[in-house]
Amino acid sequence: MSEEKNISENTGIDDNKAAKNKCVIEEIDHRDLLKKAIEMKRQGYRLSQACAAYAEGKLELSYSFADDNNYGYTTLRLVIDKETEIISLTEIIPYAAFYENEMKELFGVNIHMIEPDYKNKLYRITKETPFIPKEAE
Amino acid sequence: MKKRSIVPYGPQHPVLPEPVHLDLVIEDEKIIEAVPSIGFVHRGLESLTAKRDFNQMVYVTERVCGICSFGHGFGYCEAVEDIMDIEVPERAKYLRTIWFELSRMHSHFLWLGLLADGFGFENLFYQCWRIREKILDVLSLTTGGRVIFSVNKIGGVMRDITPEMAVAISEMLTSVRKELKDIVPIFMEDASVKRRLVGVGVLSKEQAHELGCAGPFARASGIEIDMRKLGYAAYKDLDFDIITSNTGDSYGRCYVRINEIFQSIDIIRQALGKLPDTELAAVVKGNPKGESFIRIEQPRGEAIYYVRANGSPHLDRMRVRTPTFANLAGLCETLKGADYADVGLLILTIDPCISCTER
Repeated sequence: MSEEKNISENTGIDDNKAAKNKCVIEEIDHRDLLKKAIEMKRQGYRLSQACAAYAEGKLELSYSFADDNNYGYTTLRLVIDKETEIISLTEIIPYAAFYENEMKELFGVNIHMIEPDYKNKLYRITKETPFIPKEAE
Repeated sequence: MKKRSIVPYGPQHPVLPEPVHLDLVIEDEKIIEAVPSIGFVHRGLESLTAKRDFNQMVYVTERVCGICSFGHGFGYCEAVEDIMDIEVPERAKYLRTIWFELSRMHSHFLWLGLLADGFGFENLFYQCWRIREKILDVLSLTTGGRVIFSVNKIGGVMRDITPEMAVAISEMLTSVRKELKDIVPIFMEDASVKRRLVGVGVLSKEQAHELGCAGPFARASGIEIDMRKLGYAAYKDLDFDIITSNTGDSYGRCYVRINEIFQSIDIIRQALGKLPDTELAAVVKGNPKGESFIRIEQPRGEAIYYVRANGSPHLDRMRVRTPTFANLAGLCETLKGADYADVGLLILTIDPCISCTER
């Protein structure tokens, strides 16, 4: 199919993209996070979200980057132990502080050098790491 | 040397519709820095995945927020449908689009009213909310609910829009368009209103990008981004442009949202005119297994839904990244250098939805 036929006449939306709204997930080693994030930022990507999930005794961290020019979406995925230390992205992406503080407060992710570090005060909740199951604490 | 003070702002404050707290570092009535904290009404809805199955989670996500309710249910359904590879019937896609745009309209009217209240124009506030009631009446007629509709389900929708309802929607749109046109000059041309909005809380395009801002807040700074252009639901069949402003100030944010209401009216009219005749929902079998990130355009901007499923009825993880959370960094930046008297108004201009943020 030619490229022209993929573009909706009405809206200019690329049908391939429209049909998908998909995210590419790229698994990386936690030591490569900063390097990869710098690479993404240089390419004009925007950090659109970062979140943690707890599954099978491990923490899964997802840093999602959006390419706003082409509506592309890539997630860097790290699978780590609860004790593993992660370097903060705030030096290159200052607003990552909100996501990182959230991951630290809700899941207890060990993130080093967050600036600013709200020290468990972003969320005014009394329970520590509420999203980690009791048996894993 | 100028004296610096730290002034706590919120969580309970007359201008704040919902609880958020800011520690404001001020120097001679000028804001030097703002440090936010949230969590005063945190409900842990995401962690309910352990207690509710994936079908019940539709109702949970709809209750993340009363204003963006439809979008949350929709985004969650899209994520699960993506994992289960479900093809939603065309009519359901169009119905979802119509209800989503009606939600956007009532959300923007709500914001316009709150903004008017914020700059002390109570009559204008009442006018905006009076017009909004007409949209809520139509939502009540078509879904049975005014703000929480519960019409989404995995695979499609639970209710239809009959030809009589379509006529009622069309009549409401004509009436709302006329009444909005009457109040637009007050927001856009009135000298006292402009004095409160023009040049207040300026965020440049570069700053908005650097701070990861979303939605009308980003578009008012000239960033041409709207997740509806991804073409989910029926958006790929409908004609609309991304509305932006280059002023980057509170006036630009008002301009973008007003024009998005007119745009929603046009989108709904297009969708009603093309409503396909198909089933309302696909048959869903089994449990989801896999993961999906879905992005949609909520009234306040890009919202992200992450669902991770293990093949059982209970999900491993459901995560909602709300636009207000993305706009917190931008808010703190716009507050820098602002007058203390403008703080309330500036918080309103990001259209904060703390319920969403405290999911």
